[in-house]
Amino acid sequence: MTPTRRSFLKAGTGGAIVSLLGFDLRSAYAQSRDLKISRTTETRSTCPYCSVSCGVIIHTLGDKAKNVTAQVVHVEGDPDHPINRGTLCPKGSSLQQDIVNPRRLLKPQVRRPGSDHWEDISWEMAFDEIAHKVKKTRDDTFIETDDKGRTVNRCEGIAWNGGCTDTNEFNYLVVKTMRSLGVCYLENQARV
Amino acid sequence: MSSGNLRVQKISGHAGPVAGEGTQRQEQVCKLIDTTTCIGCKACEVACMEWNDLPFGETVFDNTYQTMPETRWNYWNLIKFNEHPREDGSMQWLMRKDQCMHCADPGCLAACPADNAIVQYQNGIVDFQQEYCIGCQYCVTGCPFNIPKFNPQTKKMFKCTLCTDRVSQGLEPACIKACPTGCLHFGTKDDMKELAGARAQQLREHSGYANAGVYDPVGVGGTSVIYVLHDITNPEAYGGLPSDPRVPWAVRIWKQPLKWLGNLAMIGGLIGVTMHYLRFGPKKVKDDE
Repeated sequence: MTPTRRSFLKAGTGGAIVSLLGFDLRSAYAQSRDLKISRTTETRSTCPYCSVSCGVIIHTLGDKAKNVTAQVVHVEGDPDHPINRGTLCPKGSSLQQDIVNPRRLLKPQVRRPGSDHWEDISWEMAFDEIAHKVKKTRDDTFIETDDKGRTVNRCEGIAWNGGCTDTNEFNYLVVKTMRSLGVCYLENQARV
Repeated sequence: MSSGNLRVQKISGHAGPVAGEGTQRQEQVCKLIDTTTCIGCKACEVACMEWNDLPFGETVFDNTYQTMPETRWNYWNLIKFNEHPREDGSMQWLMRKDQCMHCADPGCLAACPADNAIVQYQNGIVDFQQEYCIGCQYCVTGCPFNIPKFNPQTKKMFKCTLCTDRVSQGLEPACIKACPTGCLHFGTKDDMKELAGARAQQLREHSGYANAGVYDPVGVGGTSVIYVLHDITNPEAYGGLPSDPRVPWAVRIWKQPLKWLGNLAMIGGLIGVTMHYLRFGPKKVKDDE
């Protein structure tokens, strides 16, 4: 039997009405997000910010094969660390951004005397300027003996303030260098 | 995509029965927020942004320490800072972590017309499924806590997920893990109610807060986020926490009787048209025209 136009329309409309009345073939399950740290490498470390030194776990994604670069995707507190036991403050919670933030400074910058903005300079220029200024300031302000005639060999015209995310090795070098110049206004995170 | 061990309890806008509806095979999970030990450090805010990979937007200075006046589609967790005058005239900070309350009877889910866009799992988490969301913003009407927020770029609604991805794998939510003062706790609803009750009793008996109590509003069937407040008689002081939140009656009428009346009218119309056709046949064009 060949379906006529009329019988085709009847069957189609009937089917549409029946399906409206509640046949849902989709499975009734929602889906949640994948756990983003399910395939990460966990590395223990110490929060660099303040001298409390909370323990953190750095989650790195990527299997470290030759042709890929692993990237930090998440940082959270280390539950086994006796100081913070898994908790972190807001700065510590944002540690991932300390590594991957596109607004990190990657070049030296200088704000000239009287200027209201920072300008980018090259590393060469920065080294030269710093060396000249350190030499001149030290020559101008170096104190060999105090007013009682005791040898002090200090340079009071220079102060050094280290950043909180500087490494131990960097801080060691800073202290060695600054002490050898006679700088006594010296502060950095190596005291942690 | 994995659903972990989450089982569905309720689905928005779903025609027909939902597998798992009315059953309770999983413990209800719960966040406990002890507002009396919050120091307003905002670690939970940052941990939430970081875990959920939310893009950061501009903050708003509002003459308080609060990051912005209310939560946003990309800012699900906000500490509300309130300066509250004590009876002796001195000032008291009331700090409250504001986020989705994960109601047992969620108004957003009741108001949502899109199949599967809002889901309640058996452990009590209410989650938005953005791939099914149609951006109608009816959930805003249904929510007594002003939580669902609209993203104008993607035309989708967003809110706190109670870290479904973490909870389904047995981890605590990101905010809970970060909290350095231990004012946030996570566990089953029963355990958290017990802990909250003990803390409120301690505040009443030993700390001079005679009205200290636990905020677990019955108007929305209880919530999966409960607060310990210094003064349970005045939750509005904590950045507008409603004292008796309820799903608006308009949403109830619209989504239950009116919806069925509308369906009846539609089906009745179809039946009427069919009967008319069977009784009188097709319309014939008169020959003289």
